[in-house]
Amino acid sequence: MPQYFSRSANTFARMTILALVSGLGLVCWAGFLIVRSPYEMMQNVPREQPVPFSHEHHVGGLGIDCRYCHTSVEKSAFANIPATKVCMNCHSQMWATSPMLEPVRESYRTGRSIEWTRVHDLPEFVYFNHAIHVHHGIGCSTCHGRVDKMPLTWQAQPLTMEWCLNCHWHPEQYVRPLDQVFSMTYTPPPNQLQLGAKLVKQYHIQSLTSCSTCHR
Amino acid sequence: MKTHSICVLVVVACAITIGCRHDMQDQPKYKPLGQNRFWADGRDSRPIPAGTIAVDELNADDPTHTGQANGAFLDTIPLPVNMSLLERGRDRFDIFCSPCHGWLGDGNGMVARRGLRAPANLMDQRSRELPPGYVYQVISNGYGAMGDYADQIQDVRDRWAIVAYIKALQLSRGAPLSDVPDDQRAELTGSSTMGGRQ
Repeated sequence: MPQYFSRSANTFARMTILALVSGLGLVCWAGFLIVRSPYEMMQNVPREQPVPFSHEHHVGGLGIDCRYCHTSVEKSAFANIPATKVCMNCHSQMWATSPMLEPVRESYRTGRSIEWTRVHDLPEFVYFNHAIHVHHGIGCSTCHGRVDKMPLTWQAQPLTMEWCLNCHWHPEQYVRPLDQVFSMTYTPPPNQLQLGAKLVKQYHIQSLTSCSTCHR
Repeated sequence: MKTHSICVLVVVACAITIGCRHDMQDQPKYKPLGQNRFWADGRDSRPIPAGTIAVDELNADDPTHTGQANGAFLDTIPLPVNMSLLERGRDRFDIFCSPCHGWLGDGNGMVARRGLRAPANLMDQRSRELPPGYVYQVISNGYGAMGDYADQIQDVRDRWAIVAYIKALQLSRGAPLSDVPDDQRAELTGSSTMGGRQ
């Protein structure tokens, strides 16, 4: 009986299996990278909104504090989008006839909500509490970036689980003094690690990393 | 054995690729400010029926909540005025009042400078003579072009803290140097560091 396959076919068969296995691994790995990529997370993409609200103008230009509008951030898990009335505190007089602000005035007249596009949209199997973070020295800009430089708001950080855990493992790298939490211009001092370690102790920050901390 | 492990790998790969459904990501539950097609107004949050009063929170006759007693505005602050109340007041004043009334309460805030109809100068004689209960009532109900801040400053203690801080500002802005304790005078004459963030 003639030999159909040369001796090298053995190697070829082994290589094929190896290529198949590693190819599948590669595909899985690529998929893993893609789902966590800035593209998939829509990081750094300014979102279209019904009214082109500019944090750059209101925060950077006018110096309005975050909490003027996001009033519940210190009390609640959820940092609210302000009611239309809060816009109208000023815009009943300023830019009161601007076509750009017509959706705001319409919402105020009719009582219907302005349908803003959510920029920071965590998966709903994740629990996040704003109040506990701002009361323990995690600044707005640590997660939301320099909002005072955003003409339209975008997501500055990846919001992946790895990103959350990075801070939960090493809070001393990010924690800042409580009176600087709402500052947009705060930059960590050169001795951040020493200061951070001190603040972690002072604010009783626990490094909570068990599953049920966030998946409850 | 090889077939077996390849099968496992294929199943895992399929699970990863078809696992991209968002059922858990976007759960059909009510969320703060969420959208909801079930209700006519499209909101998850349901409006509180008119006239609803939380347990023990009627407060219709409570001077701390109305700023009035026996039909007259309170001429005192119905909370213990101490340093922590003033600090809280400064904090809240800087957030909610300073955009229009200015860091110093002189009506020269950033929004006012951009064209808002002149907000009150809280440091003028008229404002100095206003009873605390009246200032509280303006914060709670608004006045003229100023909208009410009842929703933004929900805790009445915070409103009183702001009133106390405004009164302290008025005192400090009109005080002669001789009123300053001896050991702190040098601080004022040496440099002009005003309170508040700039």
